[in-house]
Amino acid sequence: MSELCVQRPCGGQQVLEVQELVAGYVRGLPIVQGAKLRVDRGELVTIIGPNGAGKSTLMKAIAGLVPFESGQVLLRGGSVLGRAPDQIMQAGVGYVPQTGNVFATLTIHENLRIGGYCLGAELAQRLEQAYAMFPALASKRREKARTLSGGQRQMLAIARALMTEPSVLMLDEPSAGLAPMMVQEVFERLRQLTREGVSVLMVEQNAKGALQFSDRAYILVEGRNHLDGPARDLIDDPVVAAAFLGTSRRQVHP
Amino acid sequence: MIVQAIVDGIFTGAIVSLGAIGLSLTLQIMRFANFAHAEFMTIGAYLALAAVGLMGPGAPSLGLSFGWQLLVAACLAASLAGVLSWGLDLVVFRPLRRSGAAPLVLVFAAFGAALVLRHVLVLIWGHDSYFYTRELQLGVMIVPGVRVLPDQVFILALAIFLVTLLHLYLTHHRTGIAMRAMAESPSLSQVCGIEVDRVMKTTWIISGFMAAMAGVFSGLTPQLHPELGSNMLLSIFAAAIFGGVGSLPGAVLGGLLVGIAENLFLLVADPGYKPAMPFLLLLGVLWLRPQGILGEKTS
Amino acid sequence: MGLASYLVFFACVVLVLCILTMGLNLQWGFTGLFNAGVAGFYAIGGYTHAILTAAPSPQLMGNYGLPWLVGIIAAMLVTAVAALVVGLITIRLRGDYLAIATFGIGIMIQLVSLNLESWTGGSQGITRIPKPLSTWFEGSLAYNLFYLVFMVVVVVLVYWALERILSSPWGRVLRAIREDEMAASSLGKSPLSYRLQSFVLGSTLMGLAGALYVTFIGFVSPFDFLPILTFQVWAMLIVGGSGNNRGAMLGALVVWSIWAASGVAVSKWVPPSHAAQGAAIQVILIGLTLVLMLLFKPRGLLGERAVVSRHLVY
Repeated sequence: MSELCVQRPCGGQQVLEVQELVAGYVRGLPIVQGAKLRVDRGELVTIIGPNGAGKSTLMKAIAGLVPFESGQVLLRGGSVLGRAPDQIMQAGVGYVPQTGNVFATLTIHENLRIGGYCLGAELAQRLEQAYAMFPALASKRREKARTLSGGQRQMLAIARALMTEPSVLMLDEPSAGLAPMMVQEVFERLRQLTREGVSVLMVEQNAKGALQFSDRAYILVEGRNHLDGPARDLIDDPVVAAAFLGTSRRQVHP
Repeated sequence: MIVQAIVDGIFTGAIVSLGAIGLSLTLQIMRFANFAHAEFMTIGAYLALAAVGLMGPGAPSLGLSFGWQLLVAACLAASLAGVLSWGLDLVVFRPLRRSGAAPLVLVFAAFGAALVLRHVLVLIWGHDSYFYTRELQLGVMIVPGVRVLPDQVFILALAIFLVTLLHLYLTHHRTGIAMRAMAESPSLSQVCGIEVDRVMKTTWIISGFMAAMAGVFSGLTPQLHPELGSNMLLSIFAAAIFGGVGSLPGAVLGGLLVGIAENLFLLVADPGYKPAMPFLLLLGVLWLRPQGILGEKTS
Repeated sequence: MGLASYLVFFACVVLVLCILTMGLNLQWGFTGLFNAGVAGFYAIGGYTHAILTAAPSPQLMGNYGLPWLVGIIAAMLVTAVAALVVGLITIRLRGDYLAIATFGIGIMIQLVSLNLESWTGGSQGITRIPKPLSTWFEGSLAYNLFYLVFMVVVVVLVYWALERILSSPWGRVLRAIREDEMAASSLGKSPLSYRLQSFVLGSTLMGLAGALYVTFIGFVSPFDFLPILTFQVWAMLIVGGSGNNRGAMLGALVVWSIWAASGVAVSKWVPPSHAAQGAAIQVILIGLTLVLMLLFKPRGLLGERAVVSRHLVY
């Protein structure tokens, strides 16, 4: 077991559980209509589905950024539903939004310091750990984040979210806008994190690529669960492959 | 003549910069145009006057028209002004934000607050002229054709000192970095666990402090009056926007440019039209490059 | 002044302010434009009328002594053109930048009125502005009563015209733009163009108010158009309730009454040596009224809706 896991409370397998969550920006018009999912310790779980299915909204609702109407979100057994985003973060959820996920006008070092804003004495140690994990960032630490390439920015966003050693790391379309080689690297990194005990939940449009690295996946359609299961089963399933993993977008009838 | 105007412009510009810094910060972090900001310059000036009234301006030293007592008075006044600035937010702006008021409503409220603050000063001190000191200064010729007052040099040095201090704070202190983070993205800041209220409080205090310092020293030449701040409102807005809202170097650069432009303008135009220059600069930058020279294009 | 004269005078001023406030209401309440230069457009109307109709004077270039009606129409036209120019420059600006820009314009107009002495008379202003039909009435009270009736008619006409315009197809589009700009523009209506039209129309009303005011007073000076006036008109709109023309008129009455009453109180109780402080008390009172209204009753006394829809895109 790596040192990271020893520091993290490891009681219980289930790290994140979402039950029948109904949520949306406007009350009465929910986008997420009764979604459920579960992430166990050390798992990489992906949520895929057609455009407009509510995948991003689901993740934002878990992070406390979108109002909920009903349901439950449990983090290591305790409810976090309805709490403010900064409280949810402090409870152990790291969130990397799709856009605007780094502070472009701040340096890499400053970005990480902000990531570790709530830390006290551990800040220095966590900074060193972050640089050890992402050497490319270390060499550019005094440069502003806007000088980074897309892939490096994604790395910084992940490093920033990891500063607080979250139990679960949530990423919204981490591969968006990245070159294929970069996409590989990002997914490999996330896989590596899970080996160190971090649970990862991600929303992905690049379904085929994501599934190859995932343990399990959920398919969300129109705000509800459509299918779920081990990633390998979903990749091998011809119906799923045609509907969700092909290059053309087809209308899905749940 | 032109060189003298430019040199004078640099000194005026130093004061405009100090005023613009606070405005730039609140414009970027709070995202509304705080029309009451300029009044804190006036408040600072009058508070320092009160303090000097108690202590005396001190014997002039080092060729300046005042002694160390004015500096102490300025620091006291600026600190108090900073707290008052935060107080204004607590009493007026924060309740409005909490009740979901549109940003423009905050602008009205700022207008209202500006008027009230200015007239409270009139209520207490009236419209008479006040001076910190009656010492007259002689200009020193540094280069043929260019005269400079020792007071002006001091103000410039002080402005440089304050700006450097602020820069260090914004780049090394936890709250300073958080202020810049919030200026760029309030939502990402929240996700990182930054306490928004604490950062806002610090922003208000720093804004008020800087404005007050600018006010005290602009009151030095030649006198104080209740319109001290509001007369500079267009200039500091122009400087903040011209330099790029949210950028500290931008506010400084903007301030210097506005100061120089104003003084050059006076060489050719009727002094009655003095506010026209910063206004034209403002319109120009809003039309051509709203994010300013050094600003970031915000979404 | 006798009480009757004072009340008539007061009522006439309130009616002028009603027109001014309704003009602002069109810009803010119905279109969401923050015009912080109200006093400027008011001044343009007033000065244009004065320059055209006042009796000739050796120091001034203008003063053409033209008929009253010409002055009124010209005031409206010139203000409309000025608003068009200002609008073209500023209409794209984001909310608070629009506020700063229009504020600056108000200041510029005031500067011009103070400095362009050969036309505006500088701080002395322009006097001997003729009152229409003044020869028909004996004495100032009788004339003022006539003017009061005349103003009531004008205000009713303006109110009626505005209500008609707002319920017309043009007004419906304006409302649609206010509700949801993106939907409106997807229907092919250009929000910018409608906003500009609304801005110009509202400003034209302000110019009309200016001309009517200087006619009533008989002279014009820069001190009638200080930034505090812009602030007072905004207070009227906030107090009465924006987005509602009846609210605008009620607000004008209430705020001006507070101003006048406090003025009377101040002149009674504050010694003349402290006149500046007395005036300060009046301003503080209005400022506090505005801020308190915003905090506790943001919809105003008659307001139908909270301040502009959040969908307005800057």
